[in-house]
Amino acid sequence: METPGNARRGFVNVLLGGGIGAMMVSVLYPVLRFLIPPKSGEPTTSSVTLPWKPAEIRVNSGRIFKFGSQPGILVRTPAGELRAFGAICTHLNCTVQYREEKQDIWCACHNGVYDLNGKNVSGPPPRPLEAYKTFVKGEQIVVNKGA
Amino acid sequence: MPRRWRLLLTTLLVAPVLSLAGEGEAQQLPEGNSCIQCHQGLGDPRVTPPAERFAQDIHLAKGILCQDCHGGDPASFDPQQSMSRAKGFIGRPKHQTIPTLCGKCHSDADYMKRFNPSLRVDQVQEYFTSVHGKLLKKGDQKVATCISCHDVHRIRAIKDQQAWTYPVKVVDTCGRCHGDPAYMAGYSIPTDVVAKYKVSVHYEALTKKGDLSAPTCNVCHGNHGAAPPGVGSVANVCGTCHGVPADLFAKSPHQKAFAAMGLAPCVTCHSNHDVMKTSDDMVGTTDKAVCVTCHDANSAGFKQAAAMRASLDGLRESIGRAAARLDQAEHAGMEISQARFELRGATDALLKTRAAIHLVDRAVIQKLTDEGTQIATAALAKGDKALDDLAYRHRGLWVSVGIILLVIVGLVLKIREVDRRQDRERIAERRE
Amino acid sequence: MALPRMVQRLTAWLDERVNVTEIWEFVRHKVVPVHRHTVWYYFGGMTLFLFAIQVCTGILLLLYYRPSAEEAYESVQFIVTEVHFGWLIRSIHSWSANLMIATLMIHLFSVYFTQAYRKPRELTWVSGMCLFGIALFFGFSGYLLPWNALAYFATKVGTDVAGQVPVVGHLLTQILRGGEEVTGATLSRFYGIHVAILPLLTTGILGIHLFLVQKQGMSVPVELERSGSPPTTMPFFPNFLLRDLVGWLTALAVLAALAAYFPWELGVKADPFAPAPAGIRPEWYFMYMFQTLKYLPAKIGPLDGELVGIMGFGLGGLFLLLVPFLDQRAARGEKSPLFFWIGVGIVTYIVVLSVLGYVAPGGQ
Repeated sequence: METPGNARRGFVNVLLGGGIGAMMVSVLYPVLRFLIPPKSGEPTTSSVTLPWKPAEIRVNSGRIFKFGSQPGILVRTPAGELRAFGAICTHLNCTVQYREEKQDIWCACHNGVYDLNGKNVSGPPPRPLEAYKTFVKGEQIVVNKGA
Repeated sequence: MPRRWRLLLTTLLVAPVLSLAGEGEAQQLPEGNSCIQCHQGLGDPRVTPPAERFAQDIHLAKGILCQDCHGGDPASFDPQQSMSRAKGFIGRPKHQTIPTLCGKCHSDADYMKRFNPSLRVDQVQEYFTSVHGKLLKKGDQKVATCISCHDVHRIRAIKDQQAWTYPVKVVDTCGRCHGDPAYMAGYSIPTDVVAKYKVSVHYEALTKKGDLSAPTCNVCHGNHGAAPPGVGSVANVCGTCHGVPADLFAKSPHQKAFAAMGLAPCVTCHSNHDVMKTSDDMVGTTDKAVCVTCHDANSAGFKQAAAMRASLDGLRESIGRAAARLDQAEHAGMEISQARFELRGATDALLKTRAAIHLVDRAVIQKLTDEGTQIATAALAKGDKALDDLAYRHRGLWVSVGIILLVIVGLVLKIREVDRRQDRERIAERRE
Repeated sequence: MALPRMVQRLTAWLDERVNVTEIWEFVRHKVVPVHRHTVWYYFGGMTLFLFAIQVCTGILLLLYYRPSAEEAYESVQFIVTEVHFGWLIRSIHSWSANLMIATLMIHLFSVYFTQAYRKPRELTWVSGMCLFGIALFFGFSGYLLPWNALAYFATKVGTDVAGQVPVVGHLLTQILRGGEEVTGATLSRFYGIHVAILPLLTTGILGIHLFLVQKQGMSVPVELERSGSPPTTMPFFPNFLLRDLVGWLTALAVLAALAAYFPWELGVKADPFAPAPAGIRPEWYFMYMFQTLKYLPAKIGPLDGELVGIMGFGLGGLFLLLVPFLDQRAARGEKSPLFFWIGVGIVTYIVVLSVLGYVAPGGQ
């Protein structure tokens, strides 16, 4: 009567021990991974670090970057200055682009044109592009919205 | 006391007080100017208002006073002198002579240079090319002259928001005549244009959205040379701002066809004064579409219209599906900002397609919508993938729940084991 | 019980400094009465377990959360979309809050109906009622923290109700809101309340509550007490504890399933200038009060309808708080049918009004 009972007890203990161990892992693993910060670092509400080095942006060029789920445009003016604007055209929300040959920002949808201050200079856009602040920290370009 | 002395006394006593009346950025009316002082002092609704309103006139600000237009001698308080013909007094100018009167200064380049070198000096010349000017030459007494649009005695600078010629106010200025059927009786032009314009998107852009570049009467009809653009030039007028559709239309088969039929481009489909917000419904073969106004059922044009509408609808719907899937994923807590960012390419394509409609070429439309649909389909796939990741969580969950159930089973077995052991111990104790 | 050598040596070391053996002896001899209503004993511990889950998940969340109107929503979105298992931690926190209040209410009413509040356990009851109030405030303050439209307006309505309290109403709203309206100041304040003030209060009052329960042991239903027969008991350790653990692990499994299949929504970011969305309503544990206020007429006699409602709730709460002192029959160890039926009335009212809150057509 004792032996089968002992064997059963052994089985239950192993089951319990093993189960508890597995449970600890399935609880601690998510917690530990949670504690390790994700690659994006922090929410991109008001600020975003661009994936390019300052040296990569040639003079008289522009490129689109992602700010949250919306597009922004980074421009290096012919004079060498880095500027950033929202890339959403103020006419009907198409995405604008940089025009090297005219040294301006252009919207292909209805031929809206903005100057390198983001000001709407010709075509249908009624307002300038939203202006952002650009900061260069070493090898990083950081773009900030707002005040 | 002789009448004129009584008059003088009254004006000298009352004028300084009255000169402070008047709203806005009233300037100080000059003292020692008999025109202003007498007219103010009289308090007569027929002659006092000009003097009082003048406080807000830009001419006063530039040092140009009553005598510079009306002549006479402002130094004298004797009406025989101040309003003498010999001193150049012209009284109330005749309707016919007003443009020439204003033009005395405003068409003199050397004179105007002293005040504002960048001002144009051809307004009067332009005026006489306009319908207003031509009618005035024929002796029309009702037609507009300078003061009908620029006001008189309280003429404001063009950048002054109260000016009758400030963009937001232009429709009401023109509308004073052109919106008044009783006034316009006898002329053969429509009088519902003001009401029509006020329901248009252009008016909304100007007044509600504060876009001062939105067109009002003078932008399409001209200011001083006001005349309705002819059928041949309407496209140029609209095309000044709406360049892309205008260029595309000019390349389309409609250009020749409209010209042959004497139909005005742009206006035939979009109207001139009551230009409304466009919608995809305007394209196609339903009764809301403009295409069927000319194209009979089963004609080639009809088929083009149907094909273009189908492409447009297809793209719009695939964007809608993708956006809905992304919303679903976002609501469930998945990260889809990259997909949303990319979906914008499809919306860009949709906008370009709507402009390209003016080319009325279904192959071109199809190409554009295909590009857009490709992007939308890719975004939809990303949304699906995000939802799949969600499903992965469900699977992960069942693993954890399985483990927990395992432990629970172990615990239950343990409980039974402990209970049984304690029962046995209790029985054993009782036996002892 | 045969303990591993390590544990034995550790215990001996501690014993030389702090008398741990005494604590162990207490635990070893602790018994739990076994009778028809034993099942209700598990709910106190369950509430404690769920509270522990709240503390743990809450601490994890506050490592990433930002308590400002500009960033709160985005930080929660960040947690839920970017942080590894952030979705899990957040959903567990939200679901466990609701589950905790549910078990707390079951615990409260089971204690009420078994009259366990009677002498000598009056203080346990009073401290428990305080914990109930704290739990509701935890729920109310936590609900605002994601700064979404629903939470913003629910807070607005809730703090408006507080303003109806006579005399101190306006001051109360100002203190709660950190100003006249619900703004970022309210968010900062609710955050401080939720992560610092209430946890501190809970530590103190819960400590008292648990100490009293250990010191006085479990209460048994009146008829059992009066029958005089020796009570059937089971040892706390390991029997009752093992059963406790089964319950706790079941709750954990349920939470994980809820988090995976019904993840807590993010909603849309709060916009103070947008009109209130249709169908705002509070969490279920406030629903009966919300629905009652909707049914009350604008004026009752010379008083505001809402004021009468709030005073009613206040009196109801006060009644519950003081029940050990009001129920003289229970204090004498007798059954008190009056209080039983009052209790049935209260539970019925809460259930009916809550259900109506969900199914009744909107707006009275």
